[in-house]
Amino acid sequence: MSPELSYAYYPGCSGLSTSKDYEISTRAVCRALGIKLQEIPDWSCCGSTPAHTVDHVFSAALSARNLSLAEQMGSDTVITPCPSCLTNLKVAAHRMEQEPAFQQEVNRHLQEPCVNTVQVKSVLQALIQDLGPEAIAKQVEKPLSGLKIAPYYGCIMNRPPEVMDFDDPENPVAMDEILRGLGAEVLPYPLKVECCGASYGVARKDVVMQLSGKLLDLADSLGADAIATACPLCQMNLDLRQDQINAALKRSFRLPVFYYTQLMGLAFGLEEKDLLLNKLNVPAGPALAKMQQAAEAAAEQDAQTKEQ
Amino acid sequence: MDVLKLDSGYDAAFVEAVMNESGQDPFACYQCGNCTAGCPYTFVYDLPVHQIMRLLQAGHKGRILQSHSLWLCATCESCTTRCPNNIDVARIMDVLRHMAGREGMITEKQVKQFNDSFLDSVKKHGRVFEFGTLVKYIARSGRFWSDADLGPKVMRKGKIAPRPHDIKGKDEVARIFHSVLGDGKK
Repeated sequence: MSPELSYAYYPGCSGLSTSKDYEISTRAVCRALGIKLQEIPDWSCCGSTPAHTVDHVFSAALSARNLSLAEQMGSDTVITPCPSCLTNLKVAAHRMEQEPAFQQEVNRHLQEPCVNTVQVKSVLQALIQDLGPEAIAKQVEKPLSGLKIAPYYGCIMNRPPEVMDFDDPENPVAMDEILRGLGAEVLPYPLKVECCGASYGVARKDVVMQLSGKLLDLADSLGADAIATACPLCQMNLDLRQDQINAALKRSFRLPVFYYTQLMGLAFGLEEKDLLLNKLNVPAGPALAKMQQAAEAAAEQDAQTKEQ
Repeated sequence: MDVLKLDSGYDAAFVEAVMNESGQDPFACYQCGNCTAGCPYTFVYDLPVHQIMRLLQAGHKGRILQSHSLWLCATCESCTTRCPNNIDVARIMDVLRHMAGREGMITEKQVKQFNDSFLDSVKKHGRVFEFGTLVKYIARSGRFWSDADLGPKVMRKGKIAPRPHDIKGKDEVARIFHSVLGDGKK
């Protein structure tokens, strides 16, 4: 095994609340893979979208406080599961690197200045690039054979490419590769990076109904059993608001929307307390039962072939 | 149909401010329309994003700052990623929104109310307290019923934390608010 991977870890606020399932499954999967996560002590909110819509120095300062705390830990890399946190941390670091005057201005508002030495990555990037798909596939005890998944990355994990510097901005494949390694059937999903309506669910629900509705419609028409996502906000729009979308668009989607880390944990044979599948609004049961049936049918066919 | 006179009403100070604050050159835009073609929000915009770029070249401050589009852009980065002239269009949209906010031209009040409720929560606790943010937004906007159906779902599953997670450094975070934005301004 490669030397132990260890990172400063930035969970993000939703991980303590609406995306607790993402947070718990991320930690469990990293534990199973021998990846050490050191939570940044007393981390604060990155400001998410609301901050950068007000002022860029403000947004960068909120992020830089956390980068500075990671530096004080002596860490060289911080990873986060949340694409919105990721974007804010990366945009702040990128702009401070490009514009020394901007960094000075940001630091004027911080108690401890940010030197900007820490690299920022998504958990997904660390899994696929630092650990590698083989090590992940090796951990699989219960392959997700027969489960057809639409891989949905959300809009900002990979964009803009100059800042995010990971995977393809139009057709990212990191999550596809992981899911395939788990034994799932990964569908070609052309809306991988199309926006779900983001944080407009509260203030302009109509927008989310249309945009997330389009994503569900495509996944459904491709014959997906489920959607896999890497973003708390995408997951909330597609899962928690799926009944609202059905009512608004007069449809009857019943697509479970997993965090990809939940699917990893499932394939690793982890327990419900590490997966929190019961947090999903659209129950995972039917899709998993179908997968089970497919696995049993395959095993039976296997046995028959051996008899002959 | 709106008819705009592009040869008059050029606000040079406005264009210069946008260029300075965004670090972008709007005159590199040759109106190919790629940004609008990829923008998921065009269906709710009053001005599609390539028209905002054109109006910016023409220096039409008023028409831009009173558009709803500025408050409906989600910064999904599609325009920025696909611009053949490498203009960071989403950053220009963000800067235009900053300006509209500073001038009190807020065409999507609920969007601003939601953002303000979110930031108030961060200022108070150091981390956003989602439940508190929603309660504050509902109180501000008076929209009691829009997501009432989600309440039981979220509660039954324990999907939302009922209490805030205050951090030790919350005063330090509040100081960032005061120090960058000044008191009371957002």
